[in-house]
Amino acid sequence: MNPETPCNNSGGCGSGSVDPGRRDVLKFLAVGATMATGAACDLEGFFRKSFRELSPADVRRMVTSWERKYSRKYGKAVTVSETGPMAGVKFGYGLDLSRCVGCRRCVYACVEENNQSRKEPQIQWIRVLEMDKAHGIDINHSDVYYDSAEVPRPGKFYMPVQCQQCDDPPCVKTCPVGATWKEKDGIVVVDYDWCIGCRCCMSACPYGARHFNWAEPNLPAQEMNPKTHVLGNRPRPKGVVEKCTFCIQRTREGLYPACVEICPVGARKFGNLLDPESEIRQAMDTKRVFILKEELATHPSFFYFYAT
Amino acid sequence: MLWIAVALAMTLSGHGGVETTTPSAQAVKAPKKERLVEAEKPPFTEGIFPCSQCHNLKVNGKVNPTRRELQFHDEIQSDFHHDSENRWCLDCHDANKRDVLHLTSGAEVPFTESYKLCGQCHGDKYRDWKRGVHGKRIGQWNGEKTYFLCVNCHNPHSPRFKPLKPLPPPIRPSEMKR
Amino acid sequence: MAISSFLRGSGRIIASGDRAYKIWVGALLTLIAVGLFAYSFQLRHGLIATNMRDQVSWAFYVGNFTFLVGIAAAAVMLVIPAYVYNWGPIKEVAILGELLAISAIIMCLLFVLVDMGRPDRFLHIAPLLGSPNFPISIMAWDALVLNVYLGVNLAVVGHILFTGFHGKDYNKKIVIPLVLFSIPMAVSIHTVTAFLYNGMAARPYWNTAILAPRFIASAFCSGPAVLLVLFQVLRKRTGLPIKDEAIQKVAELMAYTMFLNLFLLGAELFKEYYSATEHLLYTQYFWSGIGPHKALVPYAWGGLLATVIAFFIFLVPKWRRNMLLLNIGCGLIYFGVYIEKGMGLVMPGMTPDTLGEIYEYRPTFVEWGVTAGIYGIGFLVFTFLVKLAVPIMSGHFTAVHADPATPAPDELGAEAH
Repeated sequence: MNPETPCNNSGGCGSGSVDPGRRDVLKFLAVGATMATGAACDLEGFFRKSFRELSPADVRRMVTSWERKYSRKYGKAVTVSETGPMAGVKFGYGLDLSRCVGCRRCVYACVEENNQSRKEPQIQWIRVLEMDKAHGIDINHSDVYYDSAEVPRPGKFYMPVQCQQCDDPPCVKTCPVGATWKEKDGIVVVDYDWCIGCRCCMSACPYGARHFNWAEPNLPAQEMNPKTHVLGNRPRPKGVVEKCTFCIQRTREGLYPACVEICPVGARKFGNLLDPESEIRQAMDTKRVFILKEELATHPSFFYFYAT
Repeated sequence: MLWIAVALAMTLSGHGGVETTTPSAQAVKAPKKERLVEAEKPPFTEGIFPCSQCHNLKVNGKVNPTRRELQFHDEIQSDFHHDSENRWCLDCHDANKRDVLHLTSGAEVPFTESYKLCGQCHGDKYRDWKRGVHGKRIGQWNGEKTYFLCVNCHNPHSPRFKPLKPLPPPIRPSEMKR
Repeated sequence: MAISSFLRGSGRIIASGDRAYKIWVGALLTLIAVGLFAYSFQLRHGLIATNMRDQVSWAFYVGNFTFLVGIAAAAVMLVIPAYVYNWGPIKEVAILGELLAISAIIMCLLFVLVDMGRPDRFLHIAPLLGSPNFPISIMAWDALVLNVYLGVNLAVVGHILFTGFHGKDYNKKIVIPLVLFSIPMAVSIHTVTAFLYNGMAARPYWNTAILAPRFIASAFCSGPAVLLVLFQVLRKRTGLPIKDEAIQKVAELMAYTMFLNLFLLGAELFKEYYSATEHLLYTQYFWSGIGPHKALVPYAWGGLLATVIAFFIFLVPKWRRNMLLLNIGCGLIYFGVYIEKGMGLVMPGMTPDTLGEIYEYRPTFVEWGVTAGIYGIGFLVFTFLVKLAVPIMSGHFTAVHADPATPAPDELGAEAH
């Protein structure tokens, strides 16, 4: 394999002059020689340490190189923040089921804010479940594909589900390479450059909150949100897992997550669990909250409640 | 055997082996001081305020305080769904000073503080709203945040939310091909 | 010097063979070519070339992986009865078991590799080079034990063949402890693989304490089934001294494990259907389908039927002594366990998914192609290893005889099929 051929981050190299069939064979030979592709293509990536082992100087160096790479690719000034967790802050989220009307505004606001793949594969971090009022919360008989001219539909109620940012996250436990972990402010993050794409975490997550880039993500340049975070919404490569990060690029700067801002009925509450005056703590104090699948002892930081 | 070692190791390591450190954690900031900012008030219907333009005691004479169907304000009357069986305009609008509202006590309330009037009946919502549990706030969760008044979201004459057109459902996995 | 003559001799043995052998090797190479083509397609497009999606995020590859871990484990566990019953050609049995284990583990590792979204990052799981998440991640352990197991078996087989080739006896002080060590390791690899599923509370279908026992029991059915057929082929073609009595002993032992396997299945089914909680859904999906979603139902009942028939063939002494019936039984139990531990384990575990969505997964042509290629590689490795080992074990092929003028004995042609 010619080391000077242009490289992409999808695990393969190609030179423009080689026809596709031959390219396959070449590519295969490279992979057959055990991952020579990775090594030849992305030497830095191949030999780099996992994010958690990097020194602050390393991180800054990588951030600069990502910013350059993304800016070139998307034709706009992309920033990659590396802001860490704030002291004395543990994020909590509240969702008022008596308010949610199932309009899916949050789903698409999230997609736009967090640079998810638009189609093939379509990735949406929020899944809104429609359930029968007659049966109460019965996730196994819920419907995520409901479509009608108007919501809420008679006899139905809605429950959006996204990453619950568990205190005992089964996904983190199962990751064989430590590419996902829980930050001090409670956000469970993924190192997109360390994830091997084995999808153990997806099997382990009881909330369907983890999503896989089954193909090269489809992110139109003009729709790309250039304000990104290393552990959040920066563009992902093919073959890795991603998930809701409570909009880490916003919340670590003090902003509300995009889903909170968009919700037309004010069903979404967000704040610092360690601050008794925060909206989330106020909701927990004055309403009776519950968590999803409490029998699994994942201890979510995501609380559902009925304000009315 | 190996799996016994695994089990043992897991027991020793406590639950989860969850690490909570980040190399980039240097940028620690103290939470900012919170400040509440009122959202911009919803505009009145064009040309309707001040009410005293038309409702002028000097011009119209005495006020008829009887609950009845009016010959004007058709738009509001036709879409009046706020306990419409029992209520009517002057329960909230002040009969004598048309540019303000009033509580049941008779105390005047300017339009800019209409939430006080709402809170008179909807005390639970009012309390929740003041805590940030009811309603919506945007901006900074730990700093300057904008809150909305009742009437920013609810039409006071017909407060129930109108149904919405949902955004499209997700693509089914079976339809997602390369 | 010694190594290069060993390698040259081995190469000659592998390259020579009768017509049947060459056809067999040619067929396997064709399968491998298909696999390479399919995999190159998958690499280019990503795993979207499979029918796995977020809802069913592990499927055919992982099912095959799980099944083959069982084959790898059981092959070596067969050494136990060989010792217990003081079965004649103990060395040959141990070696053949280890050859099968090596081939199966290679297939396992390949299935994991093709299932990875980022195969270029496989070193991240390696101790020292990467950052394996010890001790909490079962997958990290699984990768470790599988590789150690492969290493141990390669060491034993390599040593025995190398010394045999040079006409010397193998070093008992090295081999015996390693063989004995590989037996509990065999149990470990399958147990750890079971724990990988077992530990996931999010998937009630897997989250059952008898999963590891079921894995071991079913492995003891399918693994020996492969070896029983192999023994007969080798006995016929190479005159390896394997007695009928020995085969019957293994068959009898298999009857017991088949009973245990069915019993454990029954226990699981009783618990699910009698308590009939929400968790029954997954079992229901496999055995009767949920509404219109019935993709796996024919396989479920086909697999069960095969398992039950095989059980009776092995149970009744008169039937299992009939070699034709015995071989049919081996085929049936192999199929039955393949269904049970392949698609019967992985897919119902994820259907419906954790948010109740039912996505009926069926493998794509790419997945079939890649799978065929991996089986091609596994069978080819096994064929070559057996082709090498048999003449060395029987003393036909040593450094003394291996001069170019003396071609390898022809009867060593096509054995392992």
